[in-house]
Amino acid sequence: MTQTFEFHVNGKPVSVAPVNEETPLLDVLRNELGLMGTRFGCGLEQCGCCMVLIDGAPEKCCAKPVWSVAGKQVTTVEGLGNADAPHPLQQAFLDEQAGQCGYCLSGILISAKALLDSNPQPTRSEIAAALDGNICRCGSHNRILRAVEKAAATMRAGA
Amino acid sequence: MNAPLPAVLDANPRLDRWIAFPASGQVTVLTGRVELGQGVLTAMAQIAADELDIDLARITVRSGDTDVTPNEGYTSGSHSIQAGGIAMRQACADIRALFLAQAAVVLGCNAGALSVRDGSILRDGASTGLDYWTLCGAVDLAVKATGAGQRKAVADFTSIGQSSARLDLPGKVFGAPVFIHDMRLDGMVHARVVRQPNRGATIGAIDEAAIRRATKGPVEFVRTGNFLAIIGGDETAVERAGGAAPSHVTWNDVETPAAAQQEATWLLQRPAIDKTIGDPEPADPQGRERYEATFTRGYLAHASISPSCGLALFKDGHLTVWTHCQGVYPLRAALAKILPVKPENMTVVHVQGSGCYGHNGADDAAADAAIIALQKPGVPVRVRWRREEEFVFEPKSASMVVTVRALLDADGKPSDWTQEIWSATHNQRPGGGGNLLGALALQNPPPEPPPADVPEANGGGATRNGTPLYAIPASRIIHHLIPDTPIRTSSLRGLGAMPNVFAMECGIDDLAARAGQDPVAYRLSIMSDPRARGVIEKVAAMADWKAGAPGGAGRGRGIAFSRYKNRAAYAAVVVELDVDEDIRLSHVWCACDAGLVINPDGAINQLEGGVIQSASWVLKEQVRFDSDAASGLASFDWETYPVLKFSEVPEIDIELINTKDEVPLGVGEVTAGPTAAAIGNAVSHALGLRIRDLPLTRERIMAALLRD
Repeated sequence: MTQTFEFHVNGKPVSVAPVNEETPLLDVLRNELGLMGTRFGCGLEQCGCCMVLIDGAPEKCCAKPVWSVAGKQVTTVEGLGNADAPHPLQQAFLDEQAGQCGYCLSGILISAKALLDSNPQPTRSEIAAALDGNICRCGSHNRILRAVEKAAATMRAGA
Repeated sequence: MNAPLPAVLDANPRLDRWIAFPASGQVTVLTGRVELGQGVLTAMAQIAADELDIDLARITVRSGDTDVTPNEGYTSGSHSIQAGGIAMRQACADIRALFLAQAAVVLGCNAGALSVRDGSILRDGASTGLDYWTLCGAVDLAVKATGAGQRKAVADFTSIGQSSARLDLPGKVFGAPVFIHDMRLDGMVHARVVRQPNRGATIGAIDEAAIRRATKGPVEFVRTGNFLAIIGGDETAVERAGGAAPSHVTWNDVETPAAAQQEATWLLQRPAIDKTIGDPEPADPQGRERYEATFTRGYLAHASISPSCGLALFKDGHLTVWTHCQGVYPLRAALAKILPVKPENMTVVHVQGSGCYGHNGADDAAADAAIIALQKPGVPVRVRWRREEEFVFEPKSASMVVTVRALLDADGKPSDWTQEIWSATHNQRPGGGGNLLGALALQNPPPEPPPADVPEANGGGATRNGTPLYAIPASRIIHHLIPDTPIRTSSLRGLGAMPNVFAMECGIDDLAARAGQDPVAYRLSIMSDPRARGVIEKVAAMADWKAGAPGGAGRGRGIAFSRYKNRAAYAAVVVELDVDEDIRLSHVWCACDAGLVINPDGAINQLEGGVIQSASWVLKEQVRFDSDAASGLASFDWETYPVLKFSEVPEIDIELINTKDEVPLGVGEVTAGPTAAAIGNAVSHALGLRIRDLPLTRERIMAALLRD
């Protein structure tokens, strides 16, 4: 029997009935809800492409069963901002041209958001440590670190 | 008489294959070059903006589509800007000239009085009311380029040379469905392939019931020959089935690599195809001082962040394939060899994937989807490889052994250089189809292609950068191509350039030390190419290089130089690092001369990426074998094949030498070699001893220290 699970994604209530309750949240986001911003990289919770916020905490969701987020608040990269109203992090990534292929960026933006929520003035090495769970293979690391520093400054100035 | 057309334009002369004016105020740039994360689409748009005199904002780029774009072969080898950019420039210049000629007819004036400003035609600087879009009905672009259009002078560029923002980056920052992985077609099924372990292996038994028990959802088995796939509407179930299946399918005639074969030195014992390139061996080296050292590097994975993906639909006799591969036309030709579909009944379209850095699993995943689609006419099929599948089955960069030998003159300078190379091939791209994995499992697999590496005319494969650019009176490459290796090898960023430059530039440092000279001064003393000297001097200044700086206490600096393929961009790199048990890179400086740079920030981004990827190869990466593992590989995920992390990346300073009157030279691969060698030289400076085998792991450092 198909079960229904209810939770919030980017502030909106959703109700999903995947083929079984062990279906990973990532598959539900991409295949049931059509939110493609959260990417599949490994399915092993190793690379960070699938990072989302669950009740504000950064979590890899490629192996996280959907039942475990019932009743919770999930935030994906689409929930940070959009072209009309970019999140300061997204704006800073564009300003610094922080990316090459860009496949890792959704997860990195989410990890960075979680860091800045808890530490508004991180050092360069604190930012790097917070992003160590995200793999970037193209070598955009230094631009990404600069962009996070810049977003932090913007957010402090606007706070 | 016009100058000869650029080669790529000559091969694709129809102008409507390059530019279209789809609606008022809009321009479509059509390019055969595909976006791999290197920013090529933005660069092509900048080129078209300048040669057509239009605002960049009007441009949309379509790339890599066999129905509409030029056939530019593969997007590889740092050729896109060098060869493709000049073709785009000339095509646009010809188109602009055709429009001006038509405007002159309409206005009854001389075309020489006309100019273009953001698509509008001006006469002596004043508006004429005409523009590209009002005229395009009367200008036939289904004609061949003639080269009659005058390309802009460098001084007149307004877009080229500017650091324009990447056109593709906003979608990636806002989480848009920009990747092939995000495509969803009506009625689409997901698919996973149960991979044939090696060419010639045949399916023994399939325990379908066991796979279905592990799957927890409805799936269907599709089999043709020894090609077995599992498909279904629910991706989660199909992924589970794909993960479970290898344990429940038995194969005959399986060949598993042995751990002993993973080290490059294994190559030395193998049958080889031998070739000498360059000057004859010196007759009598007697009396001259001699230097010899051997360097090795293991197999590397591309380790793309996304596993490969391909989509295909076979409907009404026409096959459409969506792929993130580097060459849509070559893939179409290869698919036509292995499938009963003619090229004219096939469309291959590029959709972005993650960075590939060379020939990864992209072509194979597309072929998988096409093979399944032919079995399921009318049903769109999406194949996405599993992470383990990507690591195990994508082609690897060949392991290499490089021995450098030099004869020295009385001043301690090399008068004769030999670079002896043992390597498998660096090119097994799809070609005739014999290298597409899925094809090998079909009923009548295509024959194994004859062993060959990239020809010297194309920069060579294992031999790439094996000839010194230094002023050495005689040199040669002795190339041992090893035709039979336990794993499939193909191109990875720089091909053989990284091991060759590592060996050569570490050797040059050894020679400098032997001559009692500073590495920078020694290099300059044997280098006559002014642009090479320029980057060496520049990087030394950037890093505040001090001749004779003390080393040996765990902190070191190293320098290295290369001109990619001895004919693309020049780069010199200085690395500063600390060594205890591990190596910590603290700072990297790089000076690059790439001639005319279309997008300076884009070029710097590529150079930085090349530095970091090379550092990752040197410090961490080697594909390891394990005959006890089902796949034969011990490297199958990010824990067993770690790459450089954020906290391990050094500060990087890059400067471009301003040589905008020189032709543009590709930069994506130029830092791979000099970064590796500069790390090697810095480690040698830091420890007072040299480690010649890559990667520079903790085990190798400890062993070298103990030996000392």
